[in-house]
Amino acid sequence: MTPLDIHSRDVKRIDLLVIAGLVAPGSRVLDVGCGDGELLALLQKERRVEGRGIELSQAGVNESLARGLSVIQGDADTDLVDYPDACVDYVILSDTIQAMVRPKQVLTEMLRIGRKAIVSFPNFGHWTVRASLGFKGRMPVTENLPYSWYDTPNIHFCTLRDFTGLCAEVGAKIETPVVLDSGGRRMTSAPWWFWNLFGQQAVFLLSR
Amino acid sequence: MASSRHSLPAGAGAARGEADTPSSHVMRFGLDQPLRLDSGQSIAPLQIAYQTYGTLNADKSNAILVCHALTGDQHVASENPVTGKPGWWETVVGPGKPIDTDRFFVICSNVVGGCMGSTGPASTNPATGQPYGLDLPLITIPDMVRAQAMLVDALGIDQLFCVAGGSMGGMQVLQWAVAYPERVFTALPIATGPRHSSQNIAFHEVGRQAIMADPDWRGGRYLAEGTSPRKGLAVARMAAHITYMSDEGLHRKFGRALQDRERVAFGFDADFQVESYLRHQGLSFVERFDANSYLYVTRAMDYFDIAADYGGRLANAFQGSRTRFCVASFTSDWLFPTIESKTVVRALNASGASVSFVEIETDRGHDAFLLDEPVLFATIRGFLTSAAAARWA
Repeated sequence: MTPLDIHSRDVKRIDLLVIAGLVAPGSRVLDVGCGDGELLALLQKERRVEGRGIELSQAGVNESLARGLSVIQGDADTDLVDYPDACVDYVILSDTIQAMVRPKQVLTEMLRIGRKAIVSFPNFGHWTVRASLGFKGRMPVTENLPYSWYDTPNIHFCTLRDFTGLCAEVGAKIETPVVLDSGGRRMTSAPWWFWNLFGQQAVFLLSR
Repeated sequence: MASSRHSLPAGAGAARGEADTPSSHVMRFGLDQPLRLDSGQSIAPLQIAYQTYGTLNADKSNAILVCHALTGDQHVASENPVTGKPGWWETVVGPGKPIDTDRFFVICSNVVGGCMGSTGPASTNPATGQPYGLDLPLITIPDMVRAQAMLVDALGIDQLFCVAGGSMGGMQVLQWAVAYPERVFTALPIATGPRHSSQNIAFHEVGRQAIMADPDWRGGRYLAEGTSPRKGLAVARMAAHITYMSDEGLHRKFGRALQDRERVAFGFDADFQVESYLRHQGLSFVERFDANSYLYVTRAMDYFDIAADYGGRLANAFQGSRTRFCVASFTSDWLFPTIESKTVVRALNASGASVSFVEIETDRGHDAFLLDEPVLFATIRGFLTSAAAARWA
């Protein structure tokens, strides 16, 4: 893996830089839930990818269009079936899987559409989350997860171990796991229980 | 090229005059350049009436072809010579507008089969000196596009920067992209579909039957016989107009409000505002549109089915296309509902084409593409600006 040599202050989300580092130059990419197109624009600029996106929100689609990206307004839960098998090199789902109605189906579709899949998500096994639930008895509301339980779009939280379990279930091979600590720093090699306790965010490169 | 003439007197007489001597540019093709039709017949000589806006650049790469809808015409961004009203898409086309005529050379031609100066049933048949009427062969959407391609050729333009249009105009956009993929850099089909639905064919049939049931239609020979199927055409327009709006939009605009009265009159006058509105729509339409043209152009839409020519698989029609597509639909459009646009998007995806898609939230139904819809404007502007950056990078 080649870490992306970007010192971009424009990109606020560290996981996007990590993802960009996992994408081979010149490849074809589908970004599922691409938002305003920040990641696709970054990938086009730094990795010269041929990028496409799906986004639910009108505002996001329009901002993406204005950036010159090819983006389809649609719902990842229902619209991924429209894409042919192996039509792109990477299907990316950044910080979105926890908002999917059917995450397992989405992950399966991603690995059908792309040769590889990249998924980033917040780790619900992080010690602060466990502490909130274990000691306070309340669902966590943190800087990273700012919603109350009743109005959160995040309906399918998982821990690192939960996610690797799903990967095993759908037959996804974990090629590269990248785990970031609460400071956004890449954690060095460690046992899974350690990552699962101290990792705040994870970026996984998967293959079929 | 002929220069534009404007401000002819309004009314049916003016509309009739437009069929042979339109107040716009005219391109004429002689007997040696027939328009070959899907029916196997051909039209020659052929006349195409068109308008242009902006300036064609030196390498002729900045042309945008705008395709009009069923009852539209070539007067996309300038005063209509018959109605005296602004062009039908002045919200979108003009200096500084989303389709910016300071930057692009915009062409819009009246469709073949129309009644504003391109050869149609109201045009004089040179063989007889009488209006064609039903002697004109049936026209299809691919025929309309083939005629536009003849015009674009005659203007010396090889590749169009964009082909754009809504409704039937959107059908032409899709047909352009399928028939001449290398000549279309970007395609902007709005509120349209890859084929006419059964429900839409049914609505068209109601309109045609209304026209043909009018005794003044005279088997299509009304122009020669000095009559006009005004009532039939007005009813056709009224029925069609309902399909251009939405239940919600109609209710917001009119509700159950009464027209110039305190209570219902217990009769069949236009008690309700919505009735009065529809009657007005019908009456003003017959002043500007030819009844036989209405038959021909609705039929062209009915016959439209891109996938049919490609083994029933729409994706095959777009195989290998390098055109950039931007598809737009409206939430309350029940004439060309979002699912129709999504069928196109799905096929484009399956064929690996570059495609963007926006579904715009509005209660104004199918007609929303002609109205003040800022999200549509932002979409068109963003798409064209970024495509231009890629084209002239």
